[in-house]
Amino acid sequence: MRGPDVSTSAALASAISAQFSARARWSPLEMVFWLGAFSTIWLLPEQHLILTEIVIWALLALSLDLILGYAGIISLGHAAFFGVGAYTAGLLAKHALVGEPVLALLVSGLAGGAFGFATSFLVLRGTDLTRLMVTLGVALLVREIANRAAWLTGGADGLQGIDMQPVLGLFRFDLYGHTAYIYSLTVLFVLFLLARRVVGSPFGLSLLAIKGNPLRASAVGIGQTWRLVGIYTLAAAYAGIAGGLLTQTTAFTSLESLSFDRSADALLVLIIGGTGHLYGGLIGAVVFRFAQDWISTATPQYWQFWIGLFLVLIVLVGRDRIGGWFAPLRRLADRISGWRPWRPGPAAAPDEGGRP
Amino acid sequence: MVTILFDGIAYGMLLFVLAAGLSVTLGLMNFVNLAHGAFAMAGGYAALVVVNRLGVPFALGLVCAFLFSAALGALLERTLYVHVYAKSHLDQVLFTIGLVFMSVAIVDYTMGSSQQFIAIPPSLQGQVTVFGLGMSKYRLMIIVICGILTLLLQLGLTRTRFGSRLRAAVDDQRVARGLGINVGAVFAFTFALGSGLAGLGGALGAEILGLDPIFPLKYMIYFLIVVTVGGTSSITGPFLASLLLGIGDVAGKYYVPQFGAFVIYTIMIVVLIWRPQGLFVRKGAR
Repeated sequence: MRGPDVSTSAALASAISAQFSARARWSPLEMVFWLGAFSTIWLLPEQHLILTEIVIWALLALSLDLILGYAGIISLGHAAFFGVGAYTAGLLAKHALVGEPVLALLVSGLAGGAFGFATSFLVLRGTDLTRLMVTLGVALLVREIANRAAWLTGGADGLQGIDMQPVLGLFRFDLYGHTAYIYSLTVLFVLFLLARRVVGSPFGLSLLAIKGNPLRASAVGIGQTWRLVGIYTLAAAYAGIAGGLLTQTTAFTSLESLSFDRSADALLVLIIGGTGHLYGGLIGAVVFRFAQDWISTATPQYWQFWIGLFLVLIVLVGRDRIGGWFAPLRRLADRISGWRPWRPGPAAAPDEGGRP
Repeated sequence: MVTILFDGIAYGMLLFVLAAGLSVTLGLMNFVNLAHGAFAMAGGYAALVVVNRLGVPFALGLVCAFLFSAALGALLERTLYVHVYAKSHLDQVLFTIGLVFMSVAIVDYTMGSSQQFIAIPPSLQGQVTVFGLGMSKYRLMIIVICGILTLLLQLGLTRTRFGSRLRAAVDDQRVARGLGINVGAVFAFTFALGSGLAGLGGALGAEILGLDPIFPLKYMIYFLIVVTVGGTSSITGPFLASLLLGIGDVAGKYYVPQFGAFVIYTIMIVVLIWRPQGLFVRKGAR
């Protein structure tokens, strides 16, 4: 469209940077979302326990979105990193190695990330099926280790006797979960900002290219190995932090944090909200947890049946179509975000032509 | 030592019968069916109901298990699975995990959550001495039945008209259709057969593997191992893989019980990394 313009490298560079800043811009809907999320601190004080759980699910789903939605790696074993983080946080607190929660959370994230880095080389090769099996196998292996190493992890009874210290040495965890919620939500927000930054960067775009067509991506000079290792490690660190949060806010962790069900549920949460746009996991977590709450009061034991039915229906109806239901909303959001009083008129519009 | 080998072989044979159907759907049709164990469980419970509650002879119970699972497989294949064949792997995973969760909840609801056992006739209990070695009669029976089934499968796949149709349909659906093969019907029949075998395996294995609502989740990884390690180009690959897995698992649990299931998972991961296409692959296959 503007061929002659982009032939000069300066124009090309400015077009690209315009593209990037357009991607990085916050839309009003996003701001409303986060304002809404933070307003629950004051608006729904009696719901903070369940909201904390939602935040943790959201973080886990967000981390899964990084590898599934942006790098196209199907994982059935994401609970492995979650569990590593959960047990790390638990052990650090129990043996008073790192008393301060924020610092301990960072260590949990590092542990998750380190484990993710070590296992990332396993998922580089092979097809979807191989990846599926390897991630599943790794998760089962970790669960088995945690189960056997009862002297360290408490085995099937879970890790008990965790005593949490105040956050930053100032805010004590209270019985109603107020501190826990504010703490978790802040962590989620910070990590979300980071993730948003990462997926909007050239690195994030190159991941999308790999997901779209690995062969073509490597043909235009986008190497796969280190990019996939990088995002996998980052996602694992996120999952580790999510696990650490769960341990810190409940002062308990068990084999459940490593179970297959958790991996599958994380996938479900992400699918409910939609993959590949970061908010999917967050929205999915809200829907998932409230649905769980609602269904389990109706039929306490058979919640699993409804999850199953839901998954089957999602696939049969088609995930795209479910995403399509939100399309009018998204278009509306685009229109709102497109309207900016400080925008220099329609002259900026041809930038869109830069897209292939 | 010989006893371990014997038990391992019985276990491996059982795994093969359980996973044979999966090696076709997953291996040949490239459909990720994580719900395969659910059909095995269905067969196990079908046998449990007819043998324990209705007093049907054990052998007939096995037949019932086969028929029930096959019918269930055919029904689900025609109504649900057909819509998912062409979808992405992620969709297939979600769909079949959904089925697993549903089956677990349904069985929990109708049959209770505790582990159950099928009443075995007295003639199959105890040991029998062959070549001076005491062997469990039941396991011997498993080996015999599964051996016969394996032979039949191998012959059926390589020597019969249906077998060649199936191989054609799997190799190239479009061309097979062009040659007048009813691909849908072939797949449906194969799926039903595989489910039926799984059901039979579930009923046979109730004594060894146990039978409870989480059966599909517990053994999912084993079935997947058999198929991925065994490769997908023939029946012999999964068969050898099942034997290896069976013997390895029994020996591992006997000699190094403190490691539990480590041995198996580690072997699986190593094999997948080393040879992503499986251990026993036909050279030059797609």
